[in-house]
Amino acid sequence: MLKSGGKLSNKHSFKDHYNERQLLIRRSIIAFAFVVIMLLALVARSWYLQIVRFEDYQTRSNDNRISVEPIAPKRGLIYDRNGVLLAENSSVYSLEIVPEKVKDIELTLDQLIELSLIDQKYKEKFLNDLRGQRRFKSISIKTRLTEKEVARFSVDAHRFPGVSVEARLVRYYPFGEDFVHALGYVGRINDRELARIDQANYKATRHIGKVGLEKFYEDKLHGTIGFRQIEKDVQGRVIGKPLFEKPPVPGSNIRLSLDVNLQKKASEAMAGHRGSIVAIDPRNGDVLALVSAPGYEPNDFVTGISSAKYKVLLESEDQPLFNRALRGLYSPGSTIKPHLGWIGLEKGLITPQFTIEDPGYWILPTEEKRVIRDWKVGGHGKKVNLDLAIAQSCDPYFYELAYRMGIDTISSNMVNFGFGQYTGIDMGEELAGNMPSREWKRKERKLPWFPGDTVNIGIGQGFWVATPLQLANAIAQLGIGGNRYRLRLMTSVQTSDDWQIFESEVAEKQASFSNDKNLQAVRESMRRVNRYGGSAFEAFKTADYSSAGKTGTVQVSSQDEDYDAEKVARRFRDNAVYVGFAPYENPEFALAVILENVKGGGSTEAAPVARKVFDEFYRLKRLRAMQQQKAAP
Amino acid sequence: MALIDHDNSDRRGKSLAQQLHVDLPLLAGLIVLMGFGLLVLYSATGESQAQLNRQIIRLALAFAAMFFLAWIPPRVYQKWTPFLYAAGVLLLVAVILVGDKGKGAQRWLDLGFFRFQPSEIMKLAVPMMLAWYFAERSLPPRLSELVVAVTLIGVPTLLIMIQPDLGTSILIASSGVFVIFLAGISWKIISSLVILAVSYAPVHWFFVMQGYQKQRVLTFLDPEKDPLGSGYHIIQSQIAIGSGGLKGKGWLEGTQSQLEFLPERNTDFIFAVLGEEFGFFGILILLAIYLWIIGRGFFISVKAQDTFTRLLAGAITLTFFVYVFVNIGMVTGILPVVGLPLPLVSYGGTSMVTLMASFGILMGIQTHKKLLPG
Repeated sequence: MLKSGGKLSNKHSFKDHYNERQLLIRRSIIAFAFVVIMLLALVARSWYLQIVRFEDYQTRSNDNRISVEPIAPKRGLIYDRNGVLLAENSSVYSLEIVPEKVKDIELTLDQLIELSLIDQKYKEKFLNDLRGQRRFKSISIKTRLTEKEVARFSVDAHRFPGVSVEARLVRYYPFGEDFVHALGYVGRINDRELARIDQANYKATRHIGKVGLEKFYEDKLHGTIGFRQIEKDVQGRVIGKPLFEKPPVPGSNIRLSLDVNLQKKASEAMAGHRGSIVAIDPRNGDVLALVSAPGYEPNDFVTGISSAKYKVLLESEDQPLFNRALRGLYSPGSTIKPHLGWIGLEKGLITPQFTIEDPGYWILPTEEKRVIRDWKVGGHGKKVNLDLAIAQSCDPYFYELAYRMGIDTISSNMVNFGFGQYTGIDMGEELAGNMPSREWKRKERKLPWFPGDTVNIGIGQGFWVATPLQLANAIAQLGIGGNRYRLRLMTSVQTSDDWQIFESEVAEKQASFSNDKNLQAVRESMRRVNRYGGSAFEAFKTADYSSAGKTGTVQVSSQDEDYDAEKVARRFRDNAVYVGFAPYENPEFALAVILENVKGGGSTEAAPVARKVFDEFYRLKRLRAMQQQKAAP
Repeated sequence: MALIDHDNSDRRGKSLAQQLHVDLPLLAGLIVLMGFGLLVLYSATGESQAQLNRQIIRLALAFAAMFFLAWIPPRVYQKWTPFLYAAGVLLLVAVILVGDKGKGAQRWLDLGFFRFQPSEIMKLAVPMMLAWYFAERSLPPRLSELVVAVTLIGVPTLLIMIQPDLGTSILIASSGVFVIFLAGISWKIISSLVILAVSYAPVHWFFVMQGYQKQRVLTFLDPEKDPLGSGYHIIQSQIAIGSGGLKGKGWLEGTQSQLEFLPERNTDFIFAVLGEEFGFFGILILLAIYLWIIGRGFFISVKAQDTFTRLLAGAITLTFFVYVFVNIGMVTGILPVVGLPLPLVSYGGTSMVTLMASFGILMGIQTHKKLLPG
């Protein structure tokens, strides 16, 4: 081969140009073959990716860019019986910011402060909250902008890239406090609710029924979620129009039995009081008005109530958040005297002619000879019959009657007026109260039943407690002398265009009014309550319509003869009760009024409040009659 | 013996191409490649006219470099090769001492009026130096000559590797190695080196490689392990290519690229844009263009008149191929991710000028031939 040698000789040594060229050509061919093989490897790899695994990668590519965005359904509307909106969805303007699109967030917030849309405190809170948020997501800076604020921002909008005013649908209760205990409210979904609901259906929903009707009919009102497929880039920005859209199904609208005017009037009549008014239609159990006072502003809860405001509500001794109509347990007091009288007549224990002597007290005819006072010092006279006992609410008469009747008869018959039974109202939160019985006392109090207990029951006190709903329904039943109905608020539902109307349901246990004479006897006595000589006469003397009722005054603390409402603390004062119905001949309306801790009693406090609602009922009734006359000439 | 280049023997009236010393088949291949490349780039930049214009300016500069080097007879730079090489090594040292940091690596030398990467010089200087070295000697090379050759490759390779710029150092090392291969290094040595390398690999893995380097290899082997971190690039790139299918999603219609799921889509990962929008057919077309250019390079090498030009032409051609293969291999997931652009397609400057300069050398080798005496 080649000689080895020094650098010089090597440099000038003979080079075999031909062989070198052949060698190089060979090597070049090998190299080229190598290149071709390697390029074929790339082709094979591409084939594998693009042909063999095409579908797999196509799916992953779509997963990358296509996201499914849920669309919240519109919440169903709530109407009163006349079609007046009680709960609607109002479009509110909220100031929203997409941090990613904002160059200098602090500067932007400062400029918003200048426009007095936000304050310094909010700015700090916002900057703090911003950490850890996804930057391209829209964050609400301020909800519920006023028209003026929207205008102020719009003028300067060009200075705020990344900040915009967005319209959102938010629940709005136009009558606010007046209806809060009848409707409940919606609020932001919390963790507990999140665990309970069908999360797939609530993906786009921010609010859920928290209490009351809004909660009870959540399923109907919410609707079904829709979605749209949208294309997004790597930073989550939406590109172009949706690829596919399935519109949401709006929640069903519902119509209630409530009458907006009656409710407003009842609410107004309760101003300054603690207590409740429930007005119903005795013919079907429709609730016409449901007031628990005081109320509170439901709209505050929709967008989130401030903790300071919430604390005030929570700690108020008036307990505005407490729904007294559904859950307030009150001694019915003398309002059950007509029922007791009717049972006495039915059982033959008394006749309308039967009288007692009322010297202002009654002596329990047991060994202890306990003396029990009448509410009226000096009593109601030597000959007190049932009519007088109801009209003027004579206690000793009913002590005597209850004593004769015994707890078992009282209890088993009062149940038939709905005492101790759920009224079945569509709210989901009501309490059943308590119609005490021998068994109940043994079980709950571990004590036998004493005759003294029965005497207390005779004037609707003692262990006996009932809700305003029950009181209204019990008097409705006696007023109509027929079946008692399950109470209800919702009468019909609108899905797509059709209103589906629901029939009323009769309550489970019913009193039987086969003897009309007995029924009319107590009904007449109740009419007398509102007339001259009756306990509610003062309140009703100017009424130009027929009505019937019964007053009640209930002690909430043990009182002696020196009880003076002016001097005792408010919480020790009596509760005033009134129940009634109208018109007397064919009742279309029954109500229960309870006022907590008032200076007076049923006659002086509850009856005047009831009168206002009666007036409104008749005003509306006459208005309807006039309109019908006009409509059908 | 006489080696007469018949292609060039006819000198009646030189054509423009001949006057410019341009090799038309190679030029055609390059122009088609760049045209296709610009099309893909326009899409990859999100239809940015500005970036397209800048790329066109770069291409023009690169063509100027090509024409300039094509115009220089190979004999001339053959003479200057050792000086160029020495200057290149000095500059690399200078980069390490006073260089600018760009993207965490020391690659740039700021000369006041302009910044450049000395490693670009070495892309040409290393194969030239080796070709120069072997041209003086008879082939195939002896072992002692191989030691010298390996040193000539090793010094600049290491200097670039510690910048660190793994991609470029691989390119430069392979350009030198190709010269040795073409110079006729015996298969015995090649096979023993391969065996050595394979047996050294585990040692390197366990004793030399740093944690992050191992991580890179592991990511390459299973990118799905860390889909949002180190595996993100390669996964998104494979999704882009794979979802392109046979015909692609259409120009400007690639969702992976247009919606920016694909990172570095206008630079190192531009091949994925092509794969997504033009599909398997598009890839075949691109590879065919590359094959044409590489084939022409080998043709020029084989037809070259002396050892220096032959070795140099072959090495330039093979280095170009390595460029292509490493980039596409990385983007399709058969090679680990090393930062190398797709030659003459990716958006970016210096490497393109160097590449076109090397094609200028190829053209010069083809066009500056003389009748050799027998």
